[in-house]
Amino acid sequence: MSLQVFVLLSVTGLGLAGVYFLIASGLSLIFGLMDVLNLAHGLFFTVGSYATWWVMSRFDVIGSLGLRFAVALLVAAAMGWAVGWATERLFVRRFYGDHVTQILITLGISLAGVALIGGWFSYDPRTFPLPELFGQVVVIAGARIPVSRLLILAVSVVLLVALLTFLRRTRHGLIIRAGVENRQMVQAMGIDVAKSFTLVFALGGLLAAIGGVLGAVFFAGITPEFGLNVLIFAFIVVVIGGLGSVEGTALSAVLVGLTQQFVNFFAGAGVGDLTVVVLLAATLLLRPQGLLGEVAR
Amino acid sequence: MSASVTQHTEATAPSAAIPAPRRSRTAPIVMGVIGLVLFAVPFVGATIPGVFTGPMSSPGTLQILAVGLVFAGVAMSYDLLLGYTGLLSLGHAFYFALGLYGTNLLMRLFALSYVAAVPLALVITLVVALVFGSVALRVRGVAFAMVTLAFAEAFHVFVEADPARISGGEEGLPLSSAQVPDLFTGVVNTRWVYWLALTFALITFVICRQAVASRAGRVWQAIRENEDRVELLGLIPFHFKLLSFGLSAVLAAGGGAVYLLLVRGATPGSASSVFTLNLIIMVVLGGLGRLWGAALGGLVFGYLQLRLPGLARSGVFDPLPAWLEGPLTEPLFILAVLFVILVMFAPGGLASLPDRLGLRRSEP
Repeated sequence: MSLQVFVLLSVTGLGLAGVYFLIASGLSLIFGLMDVLNLAHGLFFTVGSYATWWVMSRFDVIGSLGLRFAVALLVAAAMGWAVGWATERLFVRRFYGDHVTQILITLGISLAGVALIGGWFSYDPRTFPLPELFGQVVVIAGARIPVSRLLILAVSVVLLVALLTFLRRTRHGLIIRAGVENRQMVQAMGIDVAKSFTLVFALGGLLAAIGGVLGAVFFAGITPEFGLNVLIFAFIVVVIGGLGSVEGTALSAVLVGLTQQFVNFFAGAGVGDLTVVVLLAATLLLRPQGLLGEVAR
Repeated sequence: MSASVTQHTEATAPSAAIPAPRRSRTAPIVMGVIGLVLFAVPFVGATIPGVFTGPMSSPGTLQILAVGLVFAGVAMSYDLLLGYTGLLSLGHAFYFALGLYGTNLLMRLFALSYVAAVPLALVITLVVALVFGSVALRVRGVAFAMVTLAFAEAFHVFVEADPARISGGEEGLPLSSAQVPDLFTGVVNTRWVYWLALTFALITFVICRQAVASRAGRVWQAIRENEDRVELLGLIPFHFKLLSFGLSAVLAAGGGAVYLLLVRGATPGSASSVFTLNLIIMVVLGGLGRLWGAALGGLVFGYLQLRLPGLARSGVFDPLPAWLEGPLTEPLFILAVLFVILVMFAPGGLASLPDRLGLRRSEP
């Protein structure tokens, strides 16, 4: 394998890992804190990508595509936050302690949301104009890397650092981390964990929606069902990384993204996806709690 | 072996969505009568305006009913897992699709007749289910859901990307008609396929009913209520869960084999997670932990899914504004909203409505 191919595949794989991390980290936190498997998380992702499409193709008032993309990121983040907040407040909150109903509710929201988006914007794949800069290439070690890949990577790394800082340095983050470890104890200390539940959902929605923006750029097109497909790999990432661990999720996203890219390239499309599932099975057999997870659930 | 990896989790409260099962003495009689009525449908020339477009005996109507019956059977098999054993599998489509693709591939590659291919496909499904089930059952609860989903998705990717060049890729694999008995081919013979679907649904009902009443079935329900306590009593939950997993997989594969004749081919959509999610809608719509509820949910789902697009085309929704008309022409939108409403306000599904409306005296 030449160095160029290696570098190109690595950067592409890391870009994919960034998209996976953004959707999987919220999923992992929600599960770690509240034991809720949020099937609506794919919808948050889809909301982000359709917000981007909407801004990029309709906001003609903003002439510069680069500026328009920045606006799209903000709109997607705000909508992801709002949808995540509403999902927890209006639906999930009503069924504390009843995990099956919570999963069923998020499943229903997910399917209804996808059908709603499909009904409004049709199920046809959509593409949209992107800033010219995204299509240009940078030469690194002889490999021609599209700028968009580097941008995806940069945004994901910034968000990873921001998320870790938030969890480690702020009071809200401290409560979330403590809640993941032992929810009853946090409650016993008189802290209102329910507030953290809403926060984690809204935060997860925001991260997934930004993942949707980057995913739309990465895959160069969107469909309403797309979030569900990505969600499946996000589940795999979460389980391999260890439920509730952000660091584990980041590590496993890199592992899964790189494996998928390299194997798909050398062994044929689809084989990489299968390899990732084998990776999951191996993790379960050898280390059921995941790479950095403390306890298996 | 399994005990070493089972970790202690906080005891989960029984979900409001799964009511305690009830075994009524009248059920076999009621099901027998319903079975007889459904058996007679192909002889009825009358039309029910608005409900079906053609006469009851027309191939179009029988096709819709047959799809509903297959869904009813598969939904009952799923109810064994979720409603009776408390296992939230997100990969049931895998086993349905194994029956579908397995039967078709065996006929295609080895020129087996349909009658020989189906049992073989069921055996293969059983082996696959036991292997994958024993891996997935190493983890509990939500992790189990994610793992089953991943395995099913792997199969979905496999048949869609088709690296081995056998499954027909995105186009799917048309039915290998030459090996199918003449009775089940051609539009004129739709009623025979319909009767086959009815037979499948009834057999599934009887097997599931016997299974949940058996000793193993009681352990399943105990596991659903409190797995740790079952383990404390000296039973190994893993074995019972695997049994439930295997049985429901084989029944789902049987549904796949019948569905193959109905839709005359195997498409990757049948293996997708969306199909599993639809199964969950069916079971919850009808009522978890009630076999007849699951069956009803499957029938209603099959009917609505095939009839709602026609309703949308007929122009009923035309007066509505565009932002409302678009989603309403999506069958899945209506079904999903109905699903959310039922989960929130009537957690027992359609099967609980008689109790809710006070039509039946509550049993002690």
